[in-house]
Amino acid sequence: MVGIIIVSHSQKLAEGVAELAKMMAADAPVVPAGGLDDGTFGTSFEKISTAIDSVYTDDGVVILMDMGSAVMTAEMVIENMPERKIRMLDCPLVEGAVVAAVGSSANQSLEEIAESVQDAASEKKL
Amino acid sequence: MTDSSKVIEILKQIGEQIQMEKDFLTELDNVIGDGDHGINMARGFKEVEKKLADLSGKDIGSILKTVGMSLVSTVGGASGPLYGTAFMRAGVAVGAKTEIDGSDFIAALEAAIGGIEMRGKAHEGEKTMLDALIPALNAIKKSYAENNDFKAALAQGVEAAEKGVEYTKTIIATKGRASYLGERSLGHQDPGATSACLMLKVIDRML
Repeated sequence: MVGIIIVSHSQKLAEGVAELAKMMAADAPVVPAGGLDDGTFGTSFEKISTAIDSVYTDDGVVILMDMGSAVMTAEMVIENMPERKIRMLDCPLVEGAVVAAVGSSANQSLEEIAESVQDAASEKKL
Repeated sequence: MTDSSKVIEILKQIGEQIQMEKDFLTELDNVIGDGDHGINMARGFKEVEKKLADLSGKDIGSILKTVGMSLVSTVGGASGPLYGTAFMRAGVAVGAKTEIDGSDFIAALEAAIGGIEMRGKAHEGEKTMLDALIPALNAIKKSYAENNDFKAALAQGVEAAEKGVEYTKTIIATKGRASYLGERSLGHQDPGATSACLMLKVIDRML
């Protein structure tokens, strides 16, 4: 199964998004990596790396993130693991996480998940 | 111009200066960002200071790369990956040298700026650290090419960086958290440009 990492500046936000995604797909490997080690705001290179390690398989991992340093720090983590199959997905965090979790629990490939998340990103709520 | 032990001394001094200016940088960031620039940079450079002790005798490239990695791991905000990439790229540019001259410094600064542009997908004029660093690099390059006197060139660079910081007051942020404020970012100097200028000033003072 494709692992899903939720990166946010806020630990609570990342945990909440992971929780919400798991509501739809309880067995999906969704791991929050929010905030700094002490729980304060920020994005942590270590936390993201550890989260990837905890769910990584040959199926690969997708990273969904909020803004700014979440994107840049995730980029640097991926550059630090060049041998691994990891992709950052550009999407609204909540919608993307739900779609990715459902896809992963249905054993979709990383490419299939990336595609459906991209579709979800273009959908309008109103 | 300078050797490994001097580089370590300068980095220590940059850390101390950041510590001293922590509240000022945070205050600037409170107005147009998420108010953590000073705190984040201080935390990052505290970690750098711990690492510096083990770096004596190492080549300058390794020293700068270690600084970059420490910043990425500990800063927590956008300045972590940005300054982290900048120091790592500077380290790659310098390589295994244990002594550098003016043109090495220029190459390192140029690589650092390239790293920030790549990581932040940013350009000059967007109210970021680049608005201090790019004018500084240009001034240093020009002066060094004309007079071959690095100390004088660096002084010109600091002056250009200070002007760059002033310039950030006159433009609207289109990158980073401040971009969400739109016109409300006008009139305020950019915290990242300010910390970048601070680093150049320390280097200038120490050389």
